[in-house]
Order: sequence, then C-alpha cells, then structure tokens
Amino acid sequence: MSGADNVVWLGSPAFPQAARTALADTQLRANLRRATGTIRDKRLAVAAELEDWEDLRETAAAVKRHTLRHLDHHLLRLEKSVTAAGGVVHWAADAAEANRIVTDLVRATGGSDDETREVVKVKSMATQEIGLNEALADAGIRAYETDLAELIVQLGRDRPSHILVPAIHRNRSEIREIFRREMGEWGRPAPEGLSDDPRDLAEAARLHLREKFLRAKVAISGANFAAADTGTVVVVESEGNGRMCLTLPETLITVMGIEKVLPSFADLDVFLQLLPRSSTGERMNPYTSLWTGVTEGDGPRNFHLVLLDNGRTATLADEVGRQALACIRCSACLNVCPVYERTGGHAYGSVYPGPIGAVLTPQLVGIGSDTKSGAASLPFASTLCGACYDACPVKINIPEVLVHLRAEAVEAGRRKRVLPTAEALAMKAAGAALSSPGRLAAAQKLAALGARLVARDGRIGALPGPFARWSASRDTPLPPRETFRAWWRRTRTPANEDDPATGERKGRG
Amino acid sequence: MRIALFITCFNDTMFPRTGQAVTALLERLGHTVEFPQGQTCCGQMHFNTGYRPETLPMVRRFTEVFAGYDAVVVPSGSCAGMVRDHHRVVAAQYGDAALTEAVGRVAPTVYELSELLVDVLGVTDVGAYFPHRVTYHPTCHSLRMLRVGDRPLALLRAVKGIDLVELPAAESCCGFGGTFALKNADVSNAMLADKMRHVLGTGAEFLTAGDNSCLTHIGGGLSRLRTGVGTMHLAEILASTEGDPR
Repeated sequence: MSGADNVVWLGSPAFPQAARTALADTQLRANLRRATGTIRDKRLAVAAELEDWEDLRETAAAVKRHTLRHLDHHLLRLEKSVTAAGGVVHWAADAAEANRIVTDLVRATGGSDDETREVVKVKSMATQEIGLNEALADAGIRAYETDLAELIVQLGRDRPSHILVPAIHRNRSEIREIFRREMGEWGRPAPEGLSDDPRDLAEAARLHLREKFLRAKVAISGANFAAADTGTVVVVESEGNGRMCLTLPETLITVMGIEKVLPSFADLDVFLQLLPRSSTGERMNPYTSLWTGVTEGDGPRNFHLVLLDNGRTATLADEVGRQALACIRCSACLNVCPVYERTGGHAYGSVYPGPIGAVLTPQLVGIGSDTKSGAASLPFASTLCGACYDACPVKINIPEVLVHLRAEAVEAGRRKRVLPTAEALAMKAAGAALSSPGRLAAAQKLAALGARLVARDGRIGALPGPFARWSASRDTPLPPRETFRAWWRRTRTPANEDDPATGERKGRG
Repeated sequence: MRIALFITCFNDTMFPRTGQAVTALLERLGHTVEFPQGQTCCGQMHFNTGYRPETLPMVRRFTEVFAGYDAVVVPSGSCAGMVRDHHRVVAAQYGDAALTEAVGRVAPTVYELSELLVDVLGVTDVGAYFPHRVTYHPTCHSLRMLRVGDRPLALLRAVKGIDLVELPAAESCCGFGGTFALKNADVSNAMLADKMRHVLGTGAEFLTAGDNSCLTHIGGGLSRLRTGVGTMHLAEILASTEGDPR
C-alpha cells in the first residue's frame, strides 16, 4: 500500500471472493458475532434512554445537510478561526499531497534525527485512508499507533477490520500472542508470562506505550469534528491515550476530512450525544478533547490542521451519494449489518468496511475507475435489508445510496464494454418479457416446461450457470402447471371476452 | 370500494395459491377483487440490480394499469415497497412530468396485504382457522420500508386454532436480497443457515411471511435439509377456514 488512493487496498479481490475466504474462518465469525451482538444490544439500550433520540437524529441530519450544501463557506471560516488561534491550515487535494505535507512538517520540527524520526498517533480513519503510516515509513519516520486496538493491528502487521474496533476480528488469546511476539520489535517487550486476561493485556500495552508518549516530539491525530466559528477541533476516545498524544508533544498535526467541519461550537451538543451512544453504547465519551489553536504554556506549541479532500468534492457533486459524507464514523451500521457480521471488515478491501464503506469507498475512489474493480462490487454487498439506515444516527439512507451506486456501476460497465455482460443480456430479456403480459405469459410457459424437465420429486435440485451456487444449498420449488393469471382467466373471465390489455382472445375460434 | 389485485410476477408464476388465497379472503370479507389483466411486474429486480432504464416500461405499465382504483393490494412487502418508494425515483430520472404525476397518484393507493386488512378494511380477525404451530418471519422490506409493524402478528393472533410461536432474531435478514443470493451466494448461505437454525428451534410446522421470495429462499434451504418444516404465505393462513383448509 503506497501512493495515492489508499482508500482501497490495491489488489483486493471483489467482495464475493473476499467474503468467501472470510466465511471459511470460523474463529473470525465467532469473534464477530459475539462482539457485534454485544455492542448492538448496548446501543439499543442507551438510545432508548433518550426520549428525544429521534429528534436528535433529525437535528444532526439537518446540520449535516446544511453544512455539506455550504461546505466551502464553512471551511473558509474554519481556516480563518484556526489561523487566528495560532494554528496553521494546509489544504490537501489527495492522499499524496496530504502525506507530503505531513512528512515535511515532521521533518521540519527540528531536534536531532532520532527525535524527529518518530511520531505518536491518535487513532484516525483519515490517516488510514491516505496510508500515512506507510508514507512516513518510506520517509524513514516511524509512526506508533497508541489506540489499543490500532496497536494490536499494527503489531500484528494486520489491517483494521472495523471503524471503531479495528481489532474486532481478534480474540484475547490471539492478542496475547501478538504482544509476546512483536512488542519487543517496536519498543518495550511484553512482560514475562503475559496472560490473556484483559487487565494484563492492557497493562502490557500501557507500559509499552508510556515510553513513547514521554519521548515523542510530534503527534498526529484525526478529528471527529471541527467548529468553524471558533476553530475548535475535537477528538473523542475511550482510553486517554489520544489525550496523551494531543497534550504532551511539542507539535500536533491533525489530518481531517473536509466533511468533518460543523458550522458552530454549539452544534457539538447534538453530536456528542449521538456519537458515543451509537458507537460504543455509552452515555458519554470517557475522553473528549477539544483544542483551539495553541495556548502559551499549555499543550503543543505548534498546531497544524491538514484539510483533506481525496475524493470528497467529487462525492459532494452527487446529489444522492453525497449524504455518505454526513457519516460521523460511529460504526453503528457495521454492528447491525448481517453481511458485515458474517464476513468481517477485510472482505470490503477498504479502510471503510460495512454498509458505510460500501457507499463511501466507491465514491471516494470513483466507481468507474478501471483499477478499482473491487470497489464496484461493494454496492452489491448488501441485501438492502435496511438495518443500517435505521441505526444511523445522522439518518444516512444507505440503501438508497447503494441502489443508486449499483445503477452507476452498471452504467459504467455499459460505457466500458463493447459486448454486454451475460447479466445485462439476461436483464434485457427479462425486461422485455416483463413489459408485456403476452410475452410474460409465454415466458411463464417456457419456464414451467423447462422446470418440469429438470425437476425430481416436485423439487428442483442442481441448476446451471449463475444459479449453481443458489442450488448448491437450496431446493427450488416447481412452478405450478397453471399460473395465477391463467387460473383467473379460466375461472373468472366470461367466455369469448377479448382481453383489453393484451388484445388476446380468450375464447377459441 | 374497488380493490385491484397486483399479484406480482413471481407469485403469478410460482405461487398462484397465494393469489387465490388473497382473492378468497377478500371475497369472504365481502369485497370484490378485480384483476387487471395488463399487469406484469413492479420492476424491483431491475431497479435493485442497477438496471434503471429497463425499469421504466414496467413503472409506466403499472401506473397505467392500476390507475383509478381505491386500493391496490399486493401480497408482497418488497413489491409494495418498490411501487411506493422507488417508482417515483425511476419516473423522475427517466420518465416525464406526466409519469411522475401519475406515479404520485397511484403509489399511495398501493397496500401490502396486512396494511389493507388492518388500516383500510379495519379488520384483524378475518375469521380464519389454522390448527398448526406457526412462526412468523417479518421480511425486511415489510419491516423497514413499509413499517407494517405488528399488523401481520395481530392478524395471526386472531386466527383460531393457531399456535403462534415467536421466532428468535426475527428481524435479522434471511439473506435472500434478490440477486444478492446469486451474486454473494456464500454470504447469503451463511445468513440462511442462521435463519434456519432459529426457525427449527421454534418447533414450528410452518414458517410464514408476507413475501414468497424470502419464503422460497428459506423454504428451499429447509427442504434441502429434509427438515419437514413447511413455508406458507400469510395470505394462505388467513384464507384458511374449517370448511376450506389450505
């Protein structure tokens, strides 16, 4: 993973193939079922505590709609207020530019090489999206993840599989093995005789990370929100490790997607209620850190805010698809998604997995782009059951965007190909049959005849072509000899009456 | 009241018994059912698979065929959802102002069966008799697009002789999803396996739902495993009486 367009992991197979691999991992499925089930129940319970939950959702959705419609205006206000508070704002059009800006900033922090060649990181989706850790490594800078789950992923040379709980696919005995094997490579090794007790694992991480917090001169974070009127940037987290990064180092660099801006500080009221309840099922966030530029004698002496586009402006141009930019990365949609629950996040081949990833990733990378065929398969990785829409705290209509993007994927395919696909041909034929009752009746007769030829004991077993995998695990019922339409005409229509719709004569002769 | 039946292409071809049940049920309640012969399909398969231009003729046809009725009854939550939620999207994108206006007139008259019975006709006890152990699967589109809520359960609870048992994790998707079951067959199978496990755990003789598509998927799995559990559309249970058992 290097260079631009890191939203999608290059070389990832399309979703159905990746999902097949994931489904074969029974440990993964057990870990996921337990974890998502627990968070799901907690979220439902704490959301039900608030009588105005639906009003909060509606308000949040309205604020996001408004902000996205006037995004340029609010971003310029944010730049002005951050600058006035002593921060420096940088604009990055894509991943490569953002990585270059951050790398140059880290190099320019002064001090000896040893000190400047490492940074501590607050868990951040934006920096994962641009592949910042890898870009920094290419420049000889070591980035240490300090979020416990991100640490597990980094030490395990793994990829995150969940927006909020990146190591959700790991259980505690796997984590113990990773700590024992890898901690020594990155710093303080795991204690002798480390058990898989959560308390022991947390203590090992605490000791390992503490020396990094105390040594680092530079920290890099993302942002959950930024208020345009005051220039205040917000990070919410559960462990306090983020706050260590945000307060101890001399220089703080925040990489923020441009959609994270909110018009005013007062808007945080709604979002700081919705986010913890939707994400971790907690009433409020254990650590909510807010900072406005720099403050003499307190916290970092230099603050840089990198405003990242990386496909967002293009997404904004799509009137249906743009609502995906309202996402506050709570991952409620992942935890309720029956597809995600069975495949896990890696199958989505993107730093944004689950339902929101299925609508965000194809838009950020461009659904018609040749090298990203995996992204075009993502909008189809859903049954359109709608559980994600119900769970979304900012009311992103994910099913609506999914079918919208499916249409775009089909149209992009039509533009690229000289010959239509088998699916397109089948859809065309079905469309022709379904557009006229006469043709439909003829097709029904053919289907009934064909089905009788392959049936055994009134059921259809193995089927050819695209139906092969369906028929591997399900019987198909035999169509009856008489369709409903034919039954109605036989029993209800007076003889010799012309059918006005089809022009077909019912009576013989 | 002029009630038209939109049978849906899938029920027409595969499950005429469901249509016959809807007809028998509504006639038993004293209503006349009309079956416009020009009807074909709501276009859901094309729309949901991304073939929007191909959907337009079906939207146009539906809107013409079903104009002028007081109510259109559909024994399918997902087809009712397609007509109510998505026809206007197709009309706006590929049609013209006249079609958009026509869709706007027709779509609100379309009801899924349990909605028609409870909201429009005002009945929950339809006088049915079905002496079997039954469990109900609320299909996703009935549940989340149409918000039918517990209307189907209220109808089932009023059936005489029925032993209605709750389905664990009822609101989890069964994994059908139209062409999803073909495109993502492995994930679909994994979801089906869990749904079947829950159905079998209830000890029910029949699984019922408001959509024959979901029932074909779940029933196909139950049949392959030789479980002996049957699937039956809600309409067929509601149409059953002592004199006319299904």
